[in-house]
Amino acid sequence: MHMKTEFRNESFQSPSLLGNLLRRLHIDIPLFLCLLLICSLSFVILYSAGGQNIQLLIRHASRMALALVVMIVLAHVNPRQLQSFSVALFGVCVLLLLAVMAMGQISMGAQRWLDLGLFRFQPSEFTKIAAPMMVAWYLSEHALPPKPRHVVTALVLLIVPVLLIAKQPDLGTALLVASSGAAVLFFAGLSWWFMLGAGVVLAALMPVLWHFLREYQRNRVLTFINPEADPMGTGYHIIQSKIAIGSGGINGKGWLGSTQAKLDFLPESSTDFIFAVFAEEFGLFGCVGLLLLYLLVISRCFYIAVQAQDTYCRLLAGSLAFTFFVYVFVNIGMVIGILPVVGVPLPLVSYGGTSMVTLMAGFGILMSIQTHRKLLPV
Amino acid sequence: MDWRFAIKDTLAENRIFLSRVVAAFVLILLMSVGLVTRLAYLQVVGHEHYATLSKDNRIKISPLPPTRGIIYDRQGRMLAENVPTYSLELIPEQIDNLDDTLAKLQQLLNVPDEKIEQFHKLRKRNKAFNSTPLLQNLSDEDVARFAVVRPYFPGVDVYARLVRHYPYGELTSHVIGYVGRINEQELKNLPVNDYRGTDHIGKTGIEKTYESQLLGTAGYEEIETNAQARAVNTVATVEPIAGSNIYLTLDIELQKIAHEALAEYDGAAVAIDIKTGGVLVFVSKPGYDPNPFVTGISAKDYKALQDSESQPLYNRALRGLYPPGSTVKPFYGLAGLEYGVTDFGHRSFCPGYYRLPGVEHKYRDWKKWGHGAVDMNEAITQSCDVYFYDLAMALGIDRMTDFMHQFGFGEKSGIDLVGEVDGLMPSKAWKRRQRKQAWFPGETVITGIGQGYMQVTPLQLARATATLAHYGKVVNPHLVHQIITPDYAKAPELDPASQIPLKKQHVDNIIHAMTNVVHGARGTAGRLAKAIDYQIAGKTGTAQVFTVKQDEKYSEDAIAFKMRDHALFIAFAPVHDPKIAVAVVAEHGGHGGSVAAPIAGEIIDAYLKPKNTDAHENRIPQ
Repeated sequence: MHMKTEFRNESFQSPSLLGNLLRRLHIDIPLFLCLLLICSLSFVILYSAGGQNIQLLIRHASRMALALVVMIVLAHVNPRQLQSFSVALFGVCVLLLLAVMAMGQISMGAQRWLDLGLFRFQPSEFTKIAAPMMVAWYLSEHALPPKPRHVVTALVLLIVPVLLIAKQPDLGTALLVASSGAAVLFFAGLSWWFMLGAGVVLAALMPVLWHFLREYQRNRVLTFINPEADPMGTGYHIIQSKIAIGSGGINGKGWLGSTQAKLDFLPESSTDFIFAVFAEEFGLFGCVGLLLLYLLVISRCFYIAVQAQDTYCRLLAGSLAFTFFVYVFVNIGMVIGILPVVGVPLPLVSYGGTSMVTLMAGFGILMSIQTHRKLLPV
Repeated sequence: MDWRFAIKDTLAENRIFLSRVVAAFVLILLMSVGLVTRLAYLQVVGHEHYATLSKDNRIKISPLPPTRGIIYDRQGRMLAENVPTYSLELIPEQIDNLDDTLAKLQQLLNVPDEKIEQFHKLRKRNKAFNSTPLLQNLSDEDVARFAVVRPYFPGVDVYARLVRHYPYGELTSHVIGYVGRINEQELKNLPVNDYRGTDHIGKTGIEKTYESQLLGTAGYEEIETNAQARAVNTVATVEPIAGSNIYLTLDIELQKIAHEALAEYDGAAVAIDIKTGGVLVFVSKPGYDPNPFVTGISAKDYKALQDSESQPLYNRALRGLYPPGSTVKPFYGLAGLEYGVTDFGHRSFCPGYYRLPGVEHKYRDWKKWGHGAVDMNEAITQSCDVYFYDLAMALGIDRMTDFMHQFGFGEKSGIDLVGEVDGLMPSKAWKRRQRKQAWFPGETVITGIGQGYMQVTPLQLARATATLAHYGKVVNPHLVHQIITPDYAKAPELDPASQIPLKKQHVDNIIHAMTNVVHGARGTAGRLAKAIDYQIAGKTGTAQVFTVKQDEKYSEDAIAFKMRDHALFIAFAPVHDPKIAVAVVAEHGGHGGSVAAPIAGEIIDAYLKPKNTDAHENRIPQ
């Protein structure tokens, strides 16, 4: 048949047409499948949480499509190139963060956006990837485990964007950037004693940090300690989300069965608090299932990290994988009331585009590390 | 730089990395177990508890609105209080057939259609589970009548509510203002949490300026309700914190005297305590009864107020713009002395008119035959116009404007009331900007006697007079004396008083001339001197009325009255230790000396000669 001849003319080697196509696209199939599963799940939850609003789903889909494109593009970039871009990218990020501070538009009382005319853009999101790249580049230039001198330099490099982001103020992103950089240090073999010492110092610095927090940030922390103190304001979120989750029970109320979100008791139900809706509708089983799915993604990422063939790739991959878990942990922790409310969405599920693009970019890098492997000299 | 030579041990690095990945994964697993434990705690152990809460979200958080702060005058007399009244309220969510219920209630209690309409408007804004008032100020009889049939009206009940009441009514309307229902526009910009359970907000006056202090802090009750939404028990209560009480510098007795002294005239009277800047009298006449605004004034009554020819809703003392007339003469006199363009004893001849060089036009004096040769003392005492035409030309408009601005003309006084206006002190720059025209010398001439473009508010006049009496130490008028909370009492912060650089001798001279206005043989306010045993310094003013509103109906008598000049008077007393400064504007009063001066006299007399000696002490709990 005509069709068949066409196929034969292509370099058609795999029995699976799709598999071959994905490989050509530099896509890691196990990771890709897991991600697709979570993404599809996000539509199911969002349909319910967003009040069965099709427009919302369409916007969500378009952002997801953009994120997928970013992922595929990055999967094509050779990790070596990424490595060589690390410093420049980091520099640009810091400059953009400075620019945001200088002329950023005020968005919800916080300066996070840079208006580029056509679209608005959040440099702090970029930093989530640029910061671990920078630290990974720096550390991989030296012998590992890192000497104290190099650790200090890496920490200084890291603290600059973290402070700039914290100043915006976007405490959630600042903490994520800090943890992504710290993860690189951890994977590089930072001594356990050093980590213990840093932990003690941080604990001692808490009161000082407190002094620098904004009013609303302090409120959030206070509310976290005692949500009942402010049931009309910040504590309201936590009280309502605990009711939602708890009332879901083991089996959940079933899809579209969430009353908390439907009756508007639960605020932010399609963005930061979407996990509460999920837990209400799908119960403990659903929650454990979703967590396992996330763990599957993380396991695959770690596998990629271990398989990676140079230090830079290993460190970056490890950090990206770990940071992804931090995302999950911070969001769920906040929704179930064991962490303060910081604005971190549930990865790949929450409505809202910026973080999804960043996450997918991270996965793109991981796929690139995996699929370019054989081409790398050992 | 020995790191350059450090050997990268790839195998060791791999080993470390692998161990770290294992460590990280173990950590991740532990944290995940933590999450699942917490989830299990919420969803298995706590399930029953949370399921109960979730079922119709049974814990209802019911706000407890704070009691609004009370407003007192300087002697602790209550000017704004909260009075318990009965109000008939409906909870729409609990009523099956709302229209039917309303119709039955209408029959039972004689509810006007307008109230039904108002109720529907409010209902749309409220949540369905909130209580929405239908009728307020229920009589005992109505309460009894409803009590009999109450079981047949589920979701309808009579509540005792605190309603704002202004016992002095019209007398304080332009000072205290009033509270009214929060409208949709205001709702958008309000901090929602602070206003839970509160449906009134300060709309004008002190009620608006000090809204945040008067409001207080809302408390709340966590109520457990059953499936029928009836309260079963109260889980927790946080008591509301009442708003701060406010003590004004205003003296309501003095306010009453001023109000009555204005008699049939519309106008304004402002009196300021010179030493503190505290406003003692702030009358704008006519006023209006603020009480109907609290519960919702009917559209008809509101229209009547708006359409009234005497504009009772207009705050003349704060926003009324009048040409100051001759009341500006002492200030220009002082400017002349300060800039050295004349001296106090210098005589100039007044033939009854003034001419600019080379111009035919005659600027007339109010005295047709002229005052003859007068010095500044006589010019102020007799209010000679020609002397001040001459002086204005010698000063020039720029110096006049600069000097007057120091006394607060053409600027807001900064009083703690919303809606103050700037007034207008014209200048060359102003005219070029606003009128796209050059300044003409003739305009300088008439500015010299307070005519032309210049416009002042009664408050500005009183403030400038107080500042003059204070030898140029600028008086910043304010109405609030103390804000009292359960924890502390504090005075609102005032701008530091600035000092206008003036020579004491010059001010002495001007005050001497102003004293002669009242006590001199030919003073324009001579009749004031007869009944008093202390000295008043003052200045009369008569302002030409040049505008008659276009939409006014033609009426021979009304027009004749409307064309009469405004009578003005500024004064302070006692001359040697000034305590009170007053400005009075009596619209269409004709002459300052015969109409406005006696009003000011009554205010000053009542203030300086109190019936009981400690009447002017502030009686504020410490």
